[in-house]
Amino acid sequence: MGAEEAVFTPDRAALVARLKALLPAHCLLLDDEELRPYECDGLTAYRALPLAVCLPETEDQVRGVLRVCHQLAVPVVARGAGTGLSGGAMPHAQGVVLSLARLNRILRIDPLARQAVVQPGVRNLAVSEAAVPHGLYYAPDPSSQIACTLGGNVAENSGGVHCLKYGLTVHNVLGLRVVTGEGEVFEIGSAAPDAPGYDLLALLIGSEGMLAVVTEVTVKLVPKPELARVVMASFDDVGKAGDAVAAIIAAGIIPAGLEMMDKPATAAVEPFVRAGYDLEAEAILLCEADGTPEEVAEEIDRVGAVLAACGARGLRVSGSEAERQLFWAGRKAAFPAVGRITPDYYCMDGTIPRKRLAEMLKAIAALEKKYRLRCANVFHAGDGNLHPLIMYDSAVAGEWERAEAFGAEILELSVALGGSITGEHGVGVEKINQMCVQYRTPELETFHRLKAAFDEAGLLNPGKAVPSLHRCAEYGRLHVHGGALRFPELERF
Amino acid sequence: MAAPTGLDELAAAVGQAAAERTPLRLRGGGSKDFYGGLLAGDVLELAGYRGIVAYEPTELYVTARCGTPLAEVEAALAEQGQMLACEPPGFGRGTIGGAVAAGLSGPRRQQAGPLRDFVLGVKLIDGMGQILDFGGQVMKNVAGYDVSRLVAGSLGTLGLIAEVSLKVLPRPAAEITLGFDADEAEAIARLNRWGGQPLPLSASFWCDGLLLLRLSGAAAAVAAARAKLGGEPIHDDGAFWQGIRDQSHPAFASDILWRLALPTTTPPLALPGLRAIEWGGGQRWLAGDLESTAVRAAAARAGGHAVLFRGPESLRCREGAFAPLEPGLLALHRRVKKVFDPQGIFNPGRLYAEL
Ligand SMILES: Cc1cc2nc3c(=O)[nH]c(=O)nc-3n(C[C@H](O)[C@H](O)[C@H](O)COP(=O)(O)OP(=O)(O)OC[C@H]3O[C@@H](n4cnc5c(N)ncnc54)[C@H](O)[C@@H]3O)c2cc1C
Repeated sequence: MGAEEAVFTPDRAALVARLKALLPAHCLLLDDEELRPYECDGLTAYRALPLAVCLPETEDQVRGVLRVCHQLAVPVVARGAGTGLSGGAMPHAQGVVLSLARLNRILRIDPLARQAVVQPGVRNLAVSEAAVPHGLYYAPDPSSQIACTLGGNVAENSGGVHCLKYGLTVHNVLGLRVVTGEGEVFEIGSAAPDAPGYDLLALLIGSEGMLAVVTEVTVKLVPKPELARVVMASFDDVGKAGDAVAAIIAAGIIPAGLEMMDKPATAAVEPFVRAGYDLEAEAILLCEADGTPEEVAEEIDRVGAVLAACGARGLRVSGSEAERQLFWAGRKAAFPAVGRITPDYYCMDGTIPRKRLAEMLKAIAALEKKYRLRCANVFHAGDGNLHPLIMYDSAVAGEWERAEAFGAEILELSVALGGSITGEHGVGVEKINQMCVQYRTPELETFHRLKAAFDEAGLLNPGKAVPSLHRCAEYGRLHVHGGALRFPELERF
Repeated sequence: MAAPTGLDELAAAVGQAAAERTPLRLRGGGSKDFYGGLLAGDVLELAGYRGIVAYEPTELYVTARCGTPLAEVEAALAEQGQMLACEPPGFGRGTIGGAVAAGLSGPRRQQAGPLRDFVLGVKLIDGMGQILDFGGQVMKNVAGYDVSRLVAGSLGTLGLIAEVSLKVLPRPAAEITLGFDADEAEAIARLNRWGGQPLPLSASFWCDGLLLLRLSGAAAAVAAARAKLGGEPIHDDGAFWQGIRDQSHPAFASDILWRLALPTTTPPLALPGLRAIEWGGGQRWLAGDLESTAVRAAAARAGGHAVLFRGPESLRCREGAFAPLEPGLLALHRRVKKVFDPQGIFNPGRLYAEL
């Protein structure tokens, strides 16, 4: 099982006839020009044109599409807004894209129970906006929140700058309605604190559209804090900034957000956003305190003292909500800002223990020389989640290949440092080889069997997230020369 | 069999049981022998595989072997001013492995979230005797399916949790308990109203006309919330909430105890035997020899479920400790069980008769 990559040879004409019988014309895209916008997600380096794109408007239509594809053995790739950064929603060339974008209604908001029930195509920010009148919001706030959908968030277990204190998607989703590849519907989790049986909710969250298609999401809403303020600290050394992150946590403080940007990142962002970042600093930290005014004042004082003791060369505290938003705007716009100074960039997503931050940054600096490419670094520092942005030009022959190899080294170093190849963007097609580094054969076999427990025919997002053992064997041959591992100086975990 | 003290020894014991198709009953401290369905199989004692493997306060995680007493883990955390924020009940002899396998959370769940939220990684011995590593020690990890959280609450039916890494959090700087007179309906209404406000509510317990609230957080936040909420301050050196957590409080004293997990806003149910309400209305305890179909139906109608939490083994086996699953969902559970334990050797019948 999972030993070889599966091959699919569907009869396109038969498929199209069945889909046409099932869906109204405006819910089915078949022409190349119509399919083109769907050929990739946010990771544009990987592309494929699907056989068809289905845009169902009801759960019944979703089931219908899945049943047809199951009968005809056609791969199905679920898709939200296509902002994913690991190629998770990249189409299968012999398959159908099942877009959930039109299932975009907020079905219910229950302010007293602090819950919302939404369809999977609802945008992340739309949930919080709808909850504003009740003083509530949906906590996970990916930087892509104006565009990305709840279905995509569930599939990737997305996080945001506030997830250190408020958790990831898995901590904020209470229930799901899902349809399996065979068209069977399950209610998973519930509006109660828990549900009987295995915690399939935890299993489905972060499963990258491999186990089932999400058609409804019940989320937890939380009360908006009375006040939030951000401290911005600048450091003349990234190591000191990294130590300051650990020191804040050692002081018993879990800030609402704790983010770091290095000099190349602030240099890219500042002209774009004018957030007032210290451009001389090697690194800046953004640390948010929220709660009652008294609580915020107390925490800001404590954080300020810790940062000063850690050698911060400058400290600024947001004086107003507008200024707080501005400090964050720079961080949240980091990806597009870097996108303005380079033709292309490649965003990585490794996680490491916080204490290894400085070490990782030093290694990245060395890799910049090795691959002759620049890299700007933004981090969810409080969570040890790195987003190195490798800058390259896809028009220059060989640059993408160098960027990809650069990224692969960062991911493998993340594993060697005791972390993971992905914190919130998922494996997709992008990190599939690095799965062979993070896991051994028995774990990978377990993942394949788990997939089969939900999707025996293997039609949901085939070839993604979990590598075949065959692929790992090949990758191992390529990358382990004469038994020498890549980072011999580091202890293996 | 003598209690194994090494990982390979444990894996070998499982491998042998698998080869002989001998069912195993996994047992940590035995503190939760009362919980779940049938206790069947040869006892495999896990208490010998113990000790904290790694604890890094600034990385916010602790890794411990399954047989480590929960109390030992908590004492180590307390020394550094940290805690297991979900407050899993240890019922005296509980081990960390047992706590994760049972998946139970204590009063602070209301604020901090359930135990499974804190599971970062597990070393699992599957039903073939293979040692598997899932997750890790970092806060964020979406590589591969989230098996670590799946096994939380699976009552040892998927695999032997040999080691577990849990996220830890700082203890709150300040904590007070307030008391309010309230009948059941009023308590539920207030808890939901307060729940929608930015208040540092870390626990709630209603019993017999008295609603107790615990506030935890920065001193300033606790003081501000206290001024806003009113109520009577209640002296507690920690023992009161510990009594709720370990169910030594008299409200839980009964041979038969039902746990109802419900949407917090569920109005008072027309069922006899209500003893206590926790988690802002989301967890309610009923005692006595109740009609189980009626209890289960009422919980299901409200959008929740009912667990026969304590009761004679004969009753738990007859009625099922846990609410029955729809046939499709049960079939899915069986497929998932087979992924990890194809021979069905782990704790047969402990979660459901069919698993
Ligand atoms: C500028 C930018 C900033 C970003 N910032 C962040 C960030 O801060 N934090 C973060 O975590 N991510 C971030 N991302 C990544 C991305 O936005 C998230 O992964 C997001 O959750 C993807 O949502 P989507 O709707 O675009 O999903 P898509 O990209 O369409 O799909 C993602 C995956 O989900 C699956 N999927 C989609 N819908 C369903 C469904 N209904 N049922 C089953 N499977 C489904 C797809 O098959 C695919 O595997 C960022 C991306 C960009 C471009």
